[in-house]
Amino acid sequence: MTALLEVDDLHVRIPTPAGELHAVRGISLSVRRGETLCIVGESGCGKSLTSLAIMGLLPREARRSAARLAFDGVDLAGGSRRAIAGLRGNRMAMIFQDPMTSLNPAFTIGDQLVETMLAHRKVGRAAAVDRAVHLLERVGIAAAAARLGQYPHQLSGGLRQRVMIAMALMCGPDLIIADEPTTALDVTIQAQILRLLRDLQAELGIAILLITHDLGVVARVADRIGVMYAGEMVEEGAVGAVFERPSHPYTRALLGCIPIPGRTPRRSPLGAIPGIVPSLVGTIQGCAFAGRCTHAHEACAGTIPVRTLGAGHRSRCTLAPDTFEAAARTASLGAIGR
Amino acid sequence: MLSYALRRLIIGVLVMFVVSGITFTLTNAAIDPARAIAGEGATSDDVEAIRKSYGFDRPLAARYVAWLGQALQGDLGSSYRQRRPVVDVIMERLPVTLKLGGLALAFALVLSIPLAIAAALRPNSWIDRIALLFALFGQAMPTFWFALLGIVVFSVNLRWLPASGSGTTAHFILPAIALGYYAAPTLMRLMRAGMIDVLASDYIRTARAKGLSEARVVLKHALRNAVLPVVSVAAVQFGFMLGGSVVIETIFAMQGVGYLAWESISLSDLPVTQAIVLMISLIYIVLTLSADLLNAWLDPRIRIG
Ligand SMILES: Nc1ncnc2c1ncn2[C@@H]1O[C@H](COP(=O)(O)OP(=O)(O)OP(=O)(O)O)[C@@H](O)[C@H]1O
Ligand SMILES: [Mg+2]
Repeated sequence: MTALLEVDDLHVRIPTPAGELHAVRGISLSVRRGETLCIVGESGCGKSLTSLAIMGLLPREARRSAARLAFDGVDLAGGSRRAIAGLRGNRMAMIFQDPMTSLNPAFTIGDQLVETMLAHRKVGRAAAVDRAVHLLERVGIAAAAARLGQYPHQLSGGLRQRVMIAMALMCGPDLIIADEPTTALDVTIQAQILRLLRDLQAELGIAILLITHDLGVVARVADRIGVMYAGEMVEEGAVGAVFERPSHPYTRALLGCIPIPGRTPRRSPLGAIPGIVPSLVGTIQGCAFAGRCTHAHEACAGTIPVRTLGAGHRSRCTLAPDTFEAAARTASLGAIGR
Repeated sequence: MLSYALRRLIIGVLVMFVVSGITFTLTNAAIDPARAIAGEGATSDDVEAIRKSYGFDRPLAARYVAWLGQALQGDLGSSYRQRRPVVDVIMERLPVTLKLGGLALAFALVLSIPLAIAAALRPNSWIDRIALLFALFGQAMPTFWFALLGIVVFSVNLRWLPASGSGTTAHFILPAIALGYYAAPTLMRLMRAGMIDVLASDYIRTARAKGLSEARVVLKHALRNAVLPVVSVAAVQFGFMLGGSVVIETIFAMQGVGYLAWESISLSDLPVTQAIVLMISLIYIVLTLSADLLNAWLDPRIRIG
């Protein structure tokens, strides 16, 4: 079965005064029907640009190229504008990070929900209003009918994000792309929103491409995980496999420095990966992580192979996983012993 | 919304009182009403006699209160020259000025808003440069010079449009363009800057993500937010066109309030001058008030605090 979303060798380049910023450097990924793929990585590694490139919402100055970019067989890179606009908001919807600024302040919640449906379906206004009320209830908003007449500024951040989710659901999409949908919210609201997304997915069979830098979120919702570093996908695989046997040194470092409920010992010091992310302007020779990698050696300056470690589990590293398995074991023993 | 409107209304009325007081004081200081009525060749005895009989010898404050009392009943006195109620004299001229101002504003909006949107959609493109050039010309060129240029080209050489008078709508075309072109650059710049800001906002990205047509994204989601600051400025511009059309009305010899103001000042017709200043400030106040209310109506964050 072919995947719902297929991305192969995606590049995003943005001209800047300092030179061309090569923000996304050959990302390949696929999302199957009904599954959740989480993309993680440090700030600035190109997660948002990847999602915007898929949706065709890149800033005007950015240039996109890809060997393949397809949604359910429809070519998103070379297809007609009309065909792509027909998918957007209809079969693939997007939820953004900041619910405070993502809704138009000048129009009511109801108007913004309804227009999505009217843009794609041949339904009357009344039917669209009914659906809006139903979905607002479904995403856990009380007195849904009364909310339709309210403006975004009258709603809290958590409520607005629920409205954004309802809006994404208006046309019954096959795929939802969510770019850090909980980052701007309180911790308790974060958990509620995540649970909501997970429940909706189970109920409606929607595929989700979730972008986050929170591995705790990944542990709770993901089927598969993709780890990005400096515009590249350095490791991807089933979430169980990657969490059990992280292969790329960057993934190991991430897992080591972010607390995961039930995995990281409580009260263990919050680490950060030493070193800085290389500039994305111009080309990067060899492995982009080499400068911060404790296992770096001469081969890291050459071409980096993509190793297959198991079904769908791949890592972009010169070292075989067992090479540093032993080293890692001693290191983690040391950490726990501290 | 209602208490907001009420608050604005009360402020407007207060401003009106202050303006009327200042106007009364200044005009009476600039023109001696007794001498103005007596005319050029009158002796000083005549002037004093008139001063007594009209009550101009009373203190200024007392005269102001008397005048205000009558003004509040809609009686602004009589014109010294025309020997008719001031209200009649002005009302006769008002339609020409309103028509001129309205056409000028319409011309300014029709020219600047679409141009601004096109420019904002493609900053630094050729259309943006044309818009900039147009704004530069409009701001650099004095209104009277632009008006004279129009007369030379379209009235004298091409003979397409009349050069003076206000009898037919054709008489309004050149003056309205001259007046409107003066206001357009400000509106254009404001609209362009607002539109560029709004187009970069998150909710526009959301609108695009919903698969709405580009026309709907721009004309519904962006325009509604970008037009807010333009509304207030357009209202003030309209006030300016009504009050400040003195030059244009004089050049084109249009029988409007602006021309009347010029006549009254040069003939020392104090009641008319006073009334015109008062009327123009009233128009300004009403316009800014309605602009504020329109803004509140357009922006729910003000309407529903
Ligand atoms: N419009 C733009 N112009 C110039 N550079 C940009 C633009 N948008 C993004 N970038 C740069 O591209 C890189 C990737 O940005 P992106 O927003 O995709 O990062 P991210 O992984 O989503 O980070 P975060 O976790 O902070 O959201 C960053 O270095 C960023 O500074
Ligand atoms: Mg981001």
